[in-house]
Amino acid sequence: MSTTPPAMLPATTPFHPVGPVVTAMPFVIGIGAAFALQAVLPGMVGPYYSRVIGDIGIAMILAVSLNIVNGMTGQFSIGHAGFMTIGGYAAGMITYYGSFFLWNGASVHGGFLGSGEWLFAVSCIVGGLVAALMGYVVGLPSLRLRGDYLAIVTLGFGEILRVVLQQTNKVLDDAEAIRTAGWSQWFPPPVGAAIGFAGIPKYTNLFWIYTFVTITVVVAYRLKQSSLGRAMISIREDEIAAQAMGVNIARQKVLAFVMAAFFAGVAGGLFAHEKGVIISPKDAGFQRSFDYVIMTVLGGRGSITGVMLAATILTALPELLRDFDQYRLIVFALLLIVMMLVRPQGLFGIHEIWHFGRKRR
Amino acid sequence: MNYPPTAFWRRSVVAICAGLWLTISCGGCNGTKADPTEIVIGHYGSMTGSEATFGASTDNGIKLAVEEINAAGGINGKKVRLITYDDKGDAREAGTAVTRLVTKDRVAAVLGEVASGLSLAGAPVCQENGVPMITPSSTNPKVTKVGDMIFRVCFIDPFQGSVCAKFARESEKLKASKAAILTDQASPYSVGLQEEFEKAFIALGGSVVSKQTYQAGDQDFSAQLTAIRSSEPDVIFVPGYYTDVGNIALQAKKLGLNTPLLGGDGWDSSKLGEIGGKALDGCFYSNHYSQQDPSERVQDFIKKYSAKHKETPDGLAALGYDAARILFEAMGRAKSLGGADLAAELAKTKDFDGVTGRISIDADRNAVKPAVILEMKNSQPEFVTTIQPGT
Amino acid sequence: MADFTQTLMTAVAIGSLYALIALGYTMVYGILKFINFAHSDIVVLGAWISYTTSRWLLPYFGVDFSVSAADRPLPPLWIAPVILIISMLTCGIIGFVIERLAYRPLRRAPRLNVLITAIGVSLLLQNLGQLHFLFGTSPQTMPILLPNWELASFTFGSGESASRVVISFVDTMIFATSATLMLVLEYLVFRTKLGTAMRAVSFNTDTAALMGIPVDRVISFTFVLGSMLAAAAGFLQVMKYPLNQPAHTVWVLLGLKAFVAAVIGGIGNVRGAVLGGFVIAFVEQFGAFYISSQYRDVYVFALLIGILLVKPTGLLGSPLREKV
Repeated sequence: MSTTPPAMLPATTPFHPVGPVVTAMPFVIGIGAAFALQAVLPGMVGPYYSRVIGDIGIAMILAVSLNIVNGMTGQFSIGHAGFMTIGGYAAGMITYYGSFFLWNGASVHGGFLGSGEWLFAVSCIVGGLVAALMGYVVGLPSLRLRGDYLAIVTLGFGEILRVVLQQTNKVLDDAEAIRTAGWSQWFPPPVGAAIGFAGIPKYTNLFWIYTFVTITVVVAYRLKQSSLGRAMISIREDEIAAQAMGVNIARQKVLAFVMAAFFAGVAGGLFAHEKGVIISPKDAGFQRSFDYVIMTVLGGRGSITGVMLAATILTALPELLRDFDQYRLIVFALLLIVMMLVRPQGLFGIHEIWHFGRKRR
Repeated sequence: MNYPPTAFWRRSVVAICAGLWLTISCGGCNGTKADPTEIVIGHYGSMTGSEATFGASTDNGIKLAVEEINAAGGINGKKVRLITYDDKGDAREAGTAVTRLVTKDRVAAVLGEVASGLSLAGAPVCQENGVPMITPSSTNPKVTKVGDMIFRVCFIDPFQGSVCAKFARESEKLKASKAAILTDQASPYSVGLQEEFEKAFIALGGSVVSKQTYQAGDQDFSAQLTAIRSSEPDVIFVPGYYTDVGNIALQAKKLGLNTPLLGGDGWDSSKLGEIGGKALDGCFYSNHYSQQDPSERVQDFIKKYSAKHKETPDGLAALGYDAARILFEAMGRAKSLGGADLAAELAKTKDFDGVTGRISIDADRNAVKPAVILEMKNSQPEFVTTIQPGT
Repeated sequence: MADFTQTLMTAVAIGSLYALIALGYTMVYGILKFINFAHSDIVVLGAWISYTTSRWLLPYFGVDFSVSAADRPLPPLWIAPVILIISMLTCGIIGFVIERLAYRPLRRAPRLNVLITAIGVSLLLQNLGQLHFLFGTSPQTMPILLPNWELASFTFGSGESASRVVISFVDTMIFATSATLMLVLEYLVFRTKLGTAMRAVSFNTDTAALMGIPVDRVISFTFVLGSMLAAAAGFLQVMKYPLNQPAHTVWVLLGLKAFVAAVIGGIGNVRGAVLGGFVIAFVEQFGAFYISSQYRDVYVFALLIGILLVKPTGLLGSPLREKV
């Protein structure tokens, strides 16, 4: 553990009127694009494809955020689905029980961008914060553990969460019961035990998914360019050298965990409110975490666009392979092995997509 | 770091990619053109993953029904085509598969899922798009509450729970006053049934002396059974699937625990007796039908199924078969195959002579049918009694 | 007292299964430094090969599968070890092939890639096995190979509340077989030239290569050895619990807990894996009995996290050296 606190560079850039505009630009463009997507796409391609595109967005948030821990900081977490699930449950509790208190029922309230959707957006962010808190707790052992041992602790976290979520109370499903519920019904939280949290109003749509994708990607990209991100990358490259250069390793690692967990929690909120999904304890298990680990490795270590591409491919591929029937997952597994063998550095390596037009350095 | 891939793998990449491209492009060409001479129905189930055995059984049952109806000339002259999608036992995949069935393949009706959790994921999609869905074996009451398009052909947990409790408490064979319960806490089916049993058993004046749980995937129940042994119950209620019950019975006998076990329809499989053997003798379970039922319907089904799949059908296969046949019958009666017409006809199903009993659909779109209690004797289930609904 | 003895015996039988599987994880990790996620699938394969061979072999010994299980005669006692050996050999070969095709090309790639490849191999094996012309999706009942003799029994208490604790032949055989295999492995790793080579490769691959050790061959051998132990574990598992499940949660959990056992013992350490296996089984069984069966898996993982926090490299692991 480092002995001296890191010397943060003072902000030396003078104020520039264009600054805030430039800062806000990617968000504006991204959210605008999400709006356009929501307006045009479902009518054009039908519910099935827009659902797959939505799933791709959620996978992107999860994979890009996991990439902060696994790709940039070089730690190895295989409990990402745990953060997603806890965020999803937290967000679901807010919208489900919140709807009862506000509107006396858990059905979808208000239209596109109506009051129900704003409650949902807030719940996703709260879900993210709850997950971030868990991320802090799970990140702490990373101060003591390295590499695979850390991976195993994160895996253990996901499995413990799965069992604990099975011990929760039944979902309370009418306004009267909710008002009169005593402590024993609120703790453990009434989120449906093994069957999952049924009844959450289904607010998720392409607009909200891609709005959060934009936020995640822009934050991850700016992080990568910032001194914080450079410090994280230095930990990945050589922990001891980084420490010698004055990087506070402990703080950076925990920070990476907290950030990744936050976005995973947001994605969990989106997941829990998606139509045709019941969030259940099973989601916290390690098998779903593997999906996102695969995406980060396939995308390339720390390459944000590479990971986004990998999330797209790996989410769409099983759907494309539907016609293979029972051979579907066999083909998927074979492709995975072959991709690893042929491109061990991932699709983009450490590069971003726009590095490819230029001459390789 | 760029380690050169071996020539073997490079060649296989080319081969696999070429093969994939061919099949995917071909998968598109015989696509989803609406064929007026056929009726398309969909089934979503866990064909891979840990629940694959349940999904596969159901699918076999449905396929048998489809073949039968096509051999008999189809429904009003139209052949039935079944599309089965795998959901890996995962709620997100289930939702996607149903969305695809309903909006892309434009099926007339959807059959599935076994697990209540996954049915709850798929049902809202069917409801919203106005496509009827029949779940063969999701017992959780919530499933059909999703809306007027969602039906089921199996019992619901409260009915079966009370049947078991009543039998345990009142039958001459058990007369139990103290029950122990061993639940699979990861399975909503098991938890739901346990809750209803407990409620009913206590209401009938019995007491629950020990409640133990296990996880799907546990193979060893000694710790739980040892704890149950010390509580000296008259009956042990095990609302699980046959995949666990056989082991539970064997281990209970090994511990010298001779208390009879009692269970629900999840027990029903020819494998049960095969695994549990003599250890299960004197145990009871409630079921939809008895395989020894001499009626032609039942024996015919068992014969056809065994001939085709080389194993005797379990309860899930029979329920899948009945779900499909009830659907076909409603389709035959319906004015059109539109969702509303079909749902209206499905709701009218009355005294349908199914393999799993006489099925009527009630106002809540649940199946009303009698339960039978079976006793294991010489590793074979034998008919004990029938319990009518509403008694 | 009866309960305590009973729980103790269960823990010993399960612990020896965990230990056998944990050995495979730990050997591969010791040499290649990656978690072989496909290892638990080899266990499943071992179980299914045992099932298939016994279905094929037993009719020659008067076992008629068309009559109900209770009426079948018991096959001669020596059939069980024969099936065990067939299953171990087949899995050994499959382990060799997997290593040769999937892992060897990645010898110099980042470890994370090998890990993902292992996940790929695991997915592949699971889904191949579920094809209907291989093992199918329905669980099958393992024919009974071992008689259910009671070697000894104790009675505690008397009268109504008397409870009997039985030491069964099957449990004893499970413990004996795993103990034998572990002793053989111990001899192999610590007393033979090949074992010395294995330990050298695990210590430092490059130096070992310079010393003239055929690294690739040693690694192949490690995989074969690990796969054979896994197959044995699969066989013993279906001897004890005769329902043979395809790619079911049973196997996932078994593999996961065995892996946790390897980590608790200090991954890479052969003796640690055995210790870890028994520790896990004891915590799990006694926790389930004396505290509550609901949180059985939580005990295991909480213990794991606890031990790693106190001793980051496991009970018997050597401390990590920082290299600059």
